[in-house]
Amino acid sequence: MYGKGLRALTLAAFVALTTTFALVFFYAPLDADQGFIQKIFYVHVPVAIVTLCAYVLGGILAALHLKTRERRWDLRSYVVIHIALIFNVVGLLTGAIWAKASWGHWWVWDEPTLVSFLIVFLLFATYQPLRFSIEDPERQARYASVFAVMAGAFVPLNFAAVRAATATVHPRTFGTTEGGLPSQMAWVFLVAIVAIALLFALMCCYEIAAKQTRWQLRALRRRLLGSDAVAPLGRSAAPALGEPARPTPRAPRNPAEAAS
Amino acid sequence: MDATPAIELRGVGRRYGERWALDDVSVAVPAGATLVVFGPNGAGKSTLLRVLATLLRPHGGEAHVLGEPLPEREWAVRGRVGLLAHEALLYRDLSARENLRFHARLHRVAESRVEELLERMHLRGRADDPVRTLSRGLLQRVAVCRAVLHDPPLLLLDEPRANLDPAAAELIEPLIGRTSGRTRVVTSHDPAGGLAEADLALGLRDGRVALSAPAREVDLAAVEELYR
Amino acid sequence: MSEPVMRERASAASAGAASEASAARPMRPSLALLRKDLLLERRAPEAVPAMLLFSITTFVLFHFGLGRDEVSGQLAAGVLTVTLLFAAILGINRLFVSEQEEGGFDGVLLAPIDRTALFIAKAAALFVFLALVEVVAVAAFAILLLGPSPWPALPGLLLILTLLNTALAVVGTLVSALAIRTRARDLIVPIVALPLLVPALIAAARLAAPLFAVGGADALPTKWLAVLALYDLVFGLLAYAVFDFLLED
Repeated sequence: MYGKGLRALTLAAFVALTTTFALVFFYAPLDADQGFIQKIFYVHVPVAIVTLCAYVLGGILAALHLKTRERRWDLRSYVVIHIALIFNVVGLLTGAIWAKASWGHWWVWDEPTLVSFLIVFLLFATYQPLRFSIEDPERQARYASVFAVMAGAFVPLNFAAVRAATATVHPRTFGTTEGGLPSQMAWVFLVAIVAIALLFALMCCYEIAAKQTRWQLRALRRRLLGSDAVAPLGRSAAPALGEPARPTPRAPRNPAEAAS
Repeated sequence: MDATPAIELRGVGRRYGERWALDDVSVAVPAGATLVVFGPNGAGKSTLLRVLATLLRPHGGEAHVLGEPLPEREWAVRGRVGLLAHEALLYRDLSARENLRFHARLHRVAESRVEELLERMHLRGRADDPVRTLSRGLLQRVAVCRAVLHDPPLLLLDEPRANLDPAAAELIEPLIGRTSGRTRVVTSHDPAGGLAEADLALGLRDGRVALSAPAREVDLAAVEELYR
Repeated sequence: MSEPVMRERASAASAGAASEASAARPMRPSLALLRKDLLLERRAPEAVPAMLLFSITTFVLFHFGLGRDEVSGQLAAGVLTVTLLFAAILGINRLFVSEQEEGGFDGVLLAPIDRTALFIAKAAALFVFLALVEVVAVAAFAILLLGPSPWPALPGLLLILTLLNTALAVVGTLVSALAIRTRARDLIVPIVALPLLVPALIAAARLAAPLFAVGGADALPTKWLAVLALYDLVFGLLAYAVFDFLLED
């Protein structure tokens, strides 16, 4: 049964996101310096946090795949990294907008989170090309998992290194004139993180369900209509799930063959 | 002599993507016997050898080589198998002697054995020339040395007499032929010659077993049929 | 990791006549593999000369690109470390080529050895190649581009390059093994290895900066030494753990 609990998850994510938007627009106080555009912070930072955690999760799932050799772990790892990459792009875009609003430039090197975000993007953007360049599905899954494990371990290391390297000229507070994160902002921020995390989980579940359904359909078509009804798979970066077809037995062509 | 067969395969498969390179292959080879594998190109002969050599893991079925189950105990089989494949597995820029010494170290074999084999194969004169300067026949002789360097009880030979003149073929016979006393799996494109040296015959087509019987019961025509 | 040791002992025991005849020195497999790689490179040098030429050419490019006759401080550290990183990519691309092309992987895979020995040997070989390149490249850098005198910087530089080479060797070997059996081998290596090496680059460049200071070499910032050492440790252990998975089939 695919997509169990998907409806509940969709509802929860929808509610959380709507709440967040409402809070951001109507409840959160206006930032003293940056004004309205500062509110993109409520999108950018939760997205960044969720993305980085997702990459680490992708590495853990990949390690599980290597340990158990079960393909479903590879599927989960692939989907998590895939969606995290999309979130990563969103995070970079919102980060750029925020940088423009805060400091007048589309990019700043002073923000260690943003910088390490870019580096991490550059690394994980190679995940799919790497997968695509390996034809054998099992080797593809195995190599991708090795990559994901290394890359997952890389994320915290990279974050720490960039953080240490960045001169913190700008104090990383987004406060009103009092400094620090006032409780109103903190609340909205928290809700935003939960909402983005739910959205992420939702997208992952959808993609996993979609892929599993497609493979199931393929397997059923093969069983009902024969191997010929199913087009052979082209090269693909996505994990292969279904049981590969066993070749149909050939009828023996002469008695000698049939006898042996 | 040990009663356990040297090779025991039951329903062994090996897939490549959605295609099965080997499908439902079963065969039992007693120790010291020679199995000759026939089949057209692409039938799965080389894949079978590589599975037996533990270079490829079997997908499905049961495989036992030299009494050890694969892939669980594949590491116990390595070092007891000698593979002679299409590639010589030699580094072109190193000499024959350097190549063999390297393999001797990997297999923890005394260096004196390297010299002994070089002597037997009449390679002493060219032993220090880079391998890429050797003719195909000489190269094959060095490859044979490499395959038997560690005295393996099981030999896997992929068309071993290709590129060899009759004199050279005679030289390698005691090392890898029937008289060597080892269990052998040999692939062959020569139905008559193959059957002559076989105890068991296995015919593959499209990865499946088309023919499996003791050699003396097999009809030459049946083997030739495989290639049509 | 007791299993590989167990495996090695078991397979040694079952090697039968071969091990009995072992008047052979019990040369550890990593050493045998390393020796083979060093011998190959010495016999037909490809990687080291190419990396060296590349480094020196890059210094020339930097001179023209930056429009400067000499560099010092952080700029010098950056030029040197980035150049070495790019040169290392050349070496990383070639690391497993001899195995792949001549079916040599099979030769090693058939041997009764722990496959991690291949990782250790290749990483050690890459380390040696990098060290050889650096001996000349650093000298060239000092002559061509470096403003302050290089001599006071040398001891510190030795330490930094040792740590950096370790990082390059470990990450490089893993990425090389990852890429060698893919279709776009020499494209995959740079795009995967370079982001992975960013923390090591940051640390190495920050460490080298005070060495090239105009007023004479300063002390090394220990914070960055710790970062680089930690990087080496984490990736070293990780690579050691996952390397096996790349070789099995």
